[in-house]
Amino acid sequence: MKDLGAPLLFRIMEKRKKKRLREPNPFMGPPLKCAGRLRQIMTRHYYLSRFAKGARPVAWVTSGAPVEILRVFGFYTIYPENHGALCGAQKMGPELCAEAEKKGYHSDLCSYARIDLGHAFSGKTPAGRLPRPDLLFASNNICQTVLYWYKQLSHQWDIPLITFDTPYNFQEIRSGDIHFMVRQFEEMVPELEKISGRKYSHKRFQKIIRIAAETSRTWGQVLAAMKHRPAPMTIFDAFVHLAPVVSLRGLPVALEYYRVLLNELNERIEEGIGAVREEKKRLMWDNIAVWFKLRDWSHLFAERGVNFVAATYTNAWAETIHHLTEESPFESMAKAYSLIILNNNLSHRLKLMEKMIRDYQVDGLVILSLRSCKPYSVGQYDLKRLLMERLGIKSLIIESDMTDFRTYSEEQARTRIEAFLEGLGV
Amino acid sequence: MTYFAGIDVGSLSTEAVIIDEDATMLGYSIQETGADPVRAATEALREALSLVGVSREQLHHVVATGYGRINIPFADRKITEISCHAMGAHHLFPDTGTVIDIGGQDSKVIRINAEGRVLDFTMNDKCAAGTGRFLEVMAGTFGVPVQELGELSLKAQKEIPISSVCTVFAESEVISLIAQNRPREQIIRGLHRAVVSRVWGMAQSVGIEGAVTMSGGVAKNRGIVALFEENLGHSIHIHSEPQIIGALGAALLARGEIHQK
Repeated sequence: MKDLGAPLLFRIMEKRKKKRLREPNPFMGPPLKCAGRLRQIMTRHYYLSRFAKGARPVAWVTSGAPVEILRVFGFYTIYPENHGALCGAQKMGPELCAEAEKKGYHSDLCSYARIDLGHAFSGKTPAGRLPRPDLLFASNNICQTVLYWYKQLSHQWDIPLITFDTPYNFQEIRSGDIHFMVRQFEEMVPELEKISGRKYSHKRFQKIIRIAAETSRTWGQVLAAMKHRPAPMTIFDAFVHLAPVVSLRGLPVALEYYRVLLNELNERIEEGIGAVREEKKRLMWDNIAVWFKLRDWSHLFAERGVNFVAATYTNAWAETIHHLTEESPFESMAKAYSLIILNNNLSHRLKLMEKMIRDYQVDGLVILSLRSCKPYSVGQYDLKRLLMERLGIKSLIIESDMTDFRTYSEEQARTRIEAFLEGLGV
Repeated sequence: MTYFAGIDVGSLSTEAVIIDEDATMLGYSIQETGADPVRAATEALREALSLVGVSREQLHHVVATGYGRINIPFADRKITEISCHAMGAHHLFPDTGTVIDIGGQDSKVIRINAEGRVLDFTMNDKCAAGTGRFLEVMAGTFGVPVQELGELSLKAQKEIPISSVCTVFAESEVISLIAQNRPREQIIRGLHRAVVSRVWGMAQSVGIEGAVTMSGGVAKNRGIVALFEENLGHSIHIHSEPQIIGALGAALLARGEIHQK
């Protein structure tokens, strides 16, 4: 399937989109020009997925899984978490979560899991239709929930599930751990050959690894552009522009896109264009984005001259994946994927946050406590206290779900945010 | 002489405070918020002004705070109740390092600096446990005025622990205890303990430093204050009208804004 499939259809869709252009926000800089290109890439990805079944093997993949190995066999990949975020942004979270809850899934379960299971039970999706997978691929480097969630899908549709088990990094990663993970890759290869009907090619794998590492590196440069004052983009933009490095990693289209984005950001830096017109304070975000509040919050903060310039979440795809090397693809993959933030210890996270606060000249920290994502939310009160002690940085903890807005209380969140901003003097 | 007003539109009550340019509090008014926050705010301000003998035109600046702050048409500025309680408590008791505010709908713990500015804060989230509303519901269950709960709890020699922190479930727990003929005072003391331990947990998360001042209507409840003091090991500052601290802070911030300019 070509990268630029169905061009006519997309031109029609783009035209339809343009009619709905919103009024520009007076407190924000001009929108990113390449946002349209991003929308096109992601829409195409979901659109083409409808026709993937039969033409290509289809895999559903967790966000932290080493997808590069699947690309060797030509899998068309769908990311239920990315789809969950899409549902969240389209304000469909509660509806799909309720579908899962009807079947007995508890409302304390991760809302990405509930949305995905809700979709599996009801077929509802804002993406039209998702292809039924031939393979489920899950790694527990982001959480344990994915294992049970994917097991349920595997059971329901009677399709194979391959898991990649990453030992938690308590202090340092040991050679035995690497060996354990590399052995899993070696065992996966014949399985993947069987499911896909394609042979493993080391040369192809190396090329994919090269592209994935370069994409992660370029994504890192995109984020680093926000170190500039004023920052040329906001973290709310980055949450959206994150999609390709998550779900199209290892494909040339993602890398090409980030090169275009990086160029645009560099131009904005040269011209002194900020994402927020009058950038007075700079904030950092911790945890997944609240998808249904992206627009509201970006305006709320921009109105006060406050910009989010960094997030541990967007940083996760720039932190370790660029260490992939074609010389030792399996070993480097084992390392990169077991050292991601959610599989790494809290002192690592503390050091990382300290460094980001310094590098990005952050004035305050907003921490989202998320019942959906326990691995991300555990330890946040300690992190908050330690960062305040060490750097004197003010921080705010807000509670919400990332997609299920039934757990969100607008007035309480707003009061907390406003009080926090008053404390920062804006 | 110029004057400043602060109006705190809370979920249960609305307060207005008038101060002069020397930051002296001249008078205040407390109204029930009811279903119409704007009317309550207008009435509170009107009453406070007439008590003090100041006309609306003599007011230089008005700051609104509390949940109803958004829609107050005559407010020059809106500031959250967190900043306002901090400033009000600091003004009344300058050694305040920590403010515990228990209002009708929420409770908060605010750590402040020597200028009355907020250093850190925490609030209850989406749950009425540990709020004035919790005590109101329980007072209703016993059929006693909420103002008398504190005294009743102080009479108890022992207390019956209430296991649920949820307002709805605690109510059914209390009903079942009443049905078992357990002493009313002891149940009430258990309820007070439930409120205090809930807020105490929040206080631990931001840390308690310096002298503690309590604000909000629940600070009038001597039973609650006694339990906090027991936990703290020392006494707490309580103003004779703890409900007006938010509105006072708002008035002070209104005055501060003009002085900055």
